Amino acid sequence: MRAKIIGLLGALLLLAACSSPPPEAPPAAPPGGPGGAGGIGSTNILPGSQQDLEASAGDRVFFAFDRSDISSESQQILARQADWLRRYPNVTVTIEGHCDERGTREYNLALGERRAQAVKNVLVASGIPASRISTISYGKERPMVVGSNEEAWAQNRVAITTVN
Amino acid sequence: MKKISLRFIGALIAAFAILLHSGAVRAELRIDITSGKIEPLPIAVPALAGGAPNESQAGQDLAGVVSADLERSGLFRPLDPRSFIQNVSVADAQPQFGDWRQINAQALVTGSVKTQADGRLRVEFRLWDVFAEQQLTGYGYTTTQQNWRRIAHIIADEVYKRITGEEGYFDTRIVYVSESGPPEKRVKRLALMDQDSANNRFLTDGRALVLTPRFSPTAQEITYLSYANGTPRVYLFNIDTGQQEVVGDFPGMTFAPRFSPDGNRVVLSRAENGVSNLFSLDLRTRRPTRLTDSQAIDTSPSFSPDGSKIVFNSDRGGSQQLYVMSADGGGAKRISFGSGKYGTPVWSPRGDLVAFTKIDGSSFFIGVMRPDGSGERLLTRDFLVEGPTWAPNGRVLMYFRQSPSDSRGHGGSPHLYSIDLTGSNQREVTTPQDASDPAWSPLLR
Repeated sequence: MRAKIIGLLGALLLLAACSSPPPEAPPAAPPGGPGGAGGIGSTNILPGSQQDLEASAGDRVFFAFDRSDISSESQQILARQADWLRRYPNVTVTIEGHCDERGTREYNLALGERRAQAVKNVLVASGIPASRISTISYGKERPMVVGSNEEAWAQNRVAITTVN
Repeated sequence: MKKISLRFIGALIAAFAILLHSGAVRAELRIDITSGKIEPLPIAVPALAGGAPNESQAGQDLAGVVSADLERSGLFRPLDPRSFIQNVSVADAQPQFGDWRQINAQALVTGSVKTQADGRLRVEFRLWDVFAEQQLTGYGYTTTQQNWRRIAHIIADEVYKRITGEEGYFDTRIVYVSESGPPEKRVKRLALMDQDSANNRFLTDGRALVLTPRFSPTAQEITYLSYANGTPRVYLFNIDTGQQEVVGDFPGMTFAPRFSPDGNRVVLSRAENGVSNLFSLDLRTRRPTRLTDSQAIDTSPSFSPDGSKIVFNSDRGGSQQLYVMSADGGGAKRISFGSGKYGTPVWSPRGDLVAFTKIDGSSFFIGVMRPDGSGERLLTRDFLVEGPTWAPNGRVLMYFRQSPSDSRGHGGSPHLYSIDLTGSNQREVTTPQDASDPAWSPLLR
């Protein structure tokens, strides 16, 4: 427990020392697991990194079957992503659009692109320059979760914001 | 990419008709392949006669490939060679028809194999109506030794054609995507094989995700989608030279490429600001022409065989459905009206039907309908069946089937299947790995 606290303090000190402001919320638990018996928790979240985005805002929004509309819950996540992007003006991102397996291959490539574009449109509308955001569709080719069931499919209908 | 040197069409096959043994030919031995369930025709295909040991081995191999092709069509029942009475070891001899009637053969194929002085193979065959004791057809062929399988397929096509009245489909190839690895990190490679699964070879190395290949009308080029260099783009691949090039100068994703029937254009989908529209690209001038301008997803195009129309799927009406438009774009009319969604339309080489994937409830289907949307008929159904492709005679379809996966990644495993237009004779097509996205070549000759 003590090692965890030291690790946390260390991370905060490091962040405070940087010229960029600290992230919105300090990490609750270092993703790499608690610090070893011998020392300090070893996972610092680098500002402007993918982990930082995940921790601050969430890196993904989900979609209903065969749809690309952005839900109000997704709007909130994307608002936080936009805030985060304003905080790190040198960061560029690629929005990956994905689909579940319950559609035909080419249509899913197009649907993934439409989902990625829908996310991009929200971010651009929040004032992020379009030049900072590219899109790519993987259709149903790269499922996040394996399994032919509703839970897995819901996880795979997703647009993921990835830091370049 | 590694250059692959393939003697694809290269070795010329010289063909010549063989004079009939007796009088006029009567077209009595006939299978009508459009009538529902058929009793397969018993046919005997003994080893083609050969003098030297390598020739008689070739004769056996040829007969084996011919028999397998005919059997796989579901229309023929090749008889067990161990039941044969007459030993057809002498080429050109008149068959002892009584011996063949005794084992209930209705048709008989005899032939011979000879190695010429120049090392090339000379193969002759005759097809006999056993009950009428008449020769129905006969041809001879000359080609290089390594081309022997094509001779067998050509012979099988001649037998098929003579007895059914339809063009055959055995002298063809399949290009498809060979799959391996865990579902979340699938490795996909383009692969090419004969329609009987022989001569399988990989065209790409699996480093880049590749999808949805299609043949050019000469079967010498392939167009497909690749994620090489990061962005999904359409490429052309020359099978003989191994040369590859990007099609078109579009920024952003291009996908779903097909050749036009005259081989001069590629039609494809292009994503612009999230919307996907159809474009055609003239391969000579490299000039793109916009075909659709909807705010929807327009993709999976397929030309009519006369090149005048394109069938495609679009969700412009609110759900994924089939539309037919002029090949210049314009005049798009919806043709699918059943329940569920329709996709991957492919126009039959005969021009009379469009095959498609249908999704209704939790099931996928492969079906056909006429180009005006009438006569919808579903051929097969499963958790996932998708992506039909037509044999060049418009009588057989190939597609891929995939079972559900569990959370540990077991299951899934797509494989290729073929099915008759009547919905019968469904068979798995052998591939070295899992397989999807098949495309059937035209007849190679």
